[in-house]
Amino acid sequence: MKHDGELHTLTGAYALHSLTAAEHEMFTAHLADCPSCRQEVAEFSATAARLAGAATLPAPARMRDAVLHGIESVRQLPPLLPDSGRPMTFTAILRRKAITLAIAASLAGAAVLGGVTVWQKQLAEEARQQAQASERRLQDVSAVVAAPDARTVRGRTTTGAGTSVVSSKLQNRAVFIGTGLPDPGAGRTYQLWFDDHGTMRPAGLLTQDGATLMQGGIQGASGVGLTVEPAGGSARPTSRPLLLLNLPA
Amino acid sequence: MRRTDPGGPSATTGQPLPFGVPDTAAPRLEDLMSRVARGDKDAFSALYDALSGTVFGLVVRVVRDRAQSEEVAQEVMIDLWRQAARYRPGEGSVLAWAATLAHRRAVDRVRSAQAAINREHDQAARQQARPFDEVAEQVETRLESEQVRRCMRGLTEIQRQAVTLAYYQGLTYREVAETLRTPLPTIKTRMRDGLIRLRDCMGVTT
Repeated sequence: MKHDGELHTLTGAYALHSLTAAEHEMFTAHLADCPSCRQEVAEFSATAARLAGAATLPAPARMRDAVLHGIESVRQLPPLLPDSGRPMTFTAILRRKAITLAIAASLAGAAVLGGVTVWQKQLAEEARQQAQASERRLQDVSAVVAAPDARTVRGRTTTGAGTSVVSSKLQNRAVFIGTGLPDPGAGRTYQLWFDDHGTMRPAGLLTQDGATLMQGGIQGASGVGLTVEPAGGSARPTSRPLLLLNLPA
Repeated sequence: MRRTDPGGPSATTGQPLPFGVPDTAAPRLEDLMSRVARGDKDAFSALYDALSGTVFGLVVRVVRDRAQSEEVAQEVMIDLWRQAARYRPGEGSVLAWAATLAHRRAVDRVRSAQAAINREHDQAARQQARPFDEVAEQVETRLESEQVRRCMRGLTEIQRQAVTLAYYQGLTYREVAETLRTPLPTIKTRMRDGLIRLRDCMGVTT
């Protein structure tokens, strides 16, 4: 499978825990959809374990007592169920969609060679452009997360979903990352907002978990909000916010 | 793509030798882990004896301060107990899993401490804080394993610095780039290239 060369080179830094928290999250999302990256990270982690082995030191005896005593009061976590799986990330969805569209485009391209209509040609062109747009969005998300001044704020929605907002003043952009967002319901969507000191500015829609580039610049915004709105979104919030996060000053 | 060409470092030095926890112990650790996952405390104490040296040594290497390292290493060992049922043999060895948990915690500890320090200093002061020579000297520190030392020698200077600064000092790759006065994309690829060489030299498989 063709993958993003730029992202792929991060396997080393990822395995060495050398990425910032935001980049780490981003790359973890990428791994869900990149088996060759997962394989490489596993090999690098095993390699790093050898480096750990080279630094071995006998642990103090009192630590043994503390640990063996300590576990008495620690509940063991249940196993992760194989089918519960990770929720598919936005990045993964984006990438899958881009690939599907690219395949559609090349199939349509092949059909053109067989001598078909202008309409089909247009369709192929449209699919190609959509695929490119998806790739661009993925790159935009990466650019914010990897910006040298990227800052992350975290919070939980009133429904308990975990969220982070990564923002970069240099890029004048923010990325919203949601985990565990419930389905907004038929005919409804999640809508992001920039809080311009009390005035809510629409910043894009999302329907599920994942990383999404917020529409519009962060300049002038003091915070980020999330609401559920009728499909298609609203010009201003029509429901109580599920989340309000302050952006770093 | 997995192996270097015959000119690579492994070819000149023959079969990699087991070290630390011998390779033959690997299935035993996995057996122990599955017993630990069922709440077997005897199995956990055996697992502790097998892993605590690696965990503690790694944490000390990154955190430096002994008291803090002991605290972090203790948390890691307790975490192994807590998360035992989530270990999946298919995703790597018990040793790799433990080292990953330990390194993550050690790095979190130094970064949160660093964040506290950074709040009190301006950017300029921070950039002055780690002269190159001092860091270069630190990464020369003694490594217990002959194999790791030997394989490290097969890396280019910048690959070796990038890997050791990130792994043993817990620096982010941006900090590594700053320290080595090397552009970020170069550091990313050197880290990866360095790990590929080490992996091949040490005959690491998953």
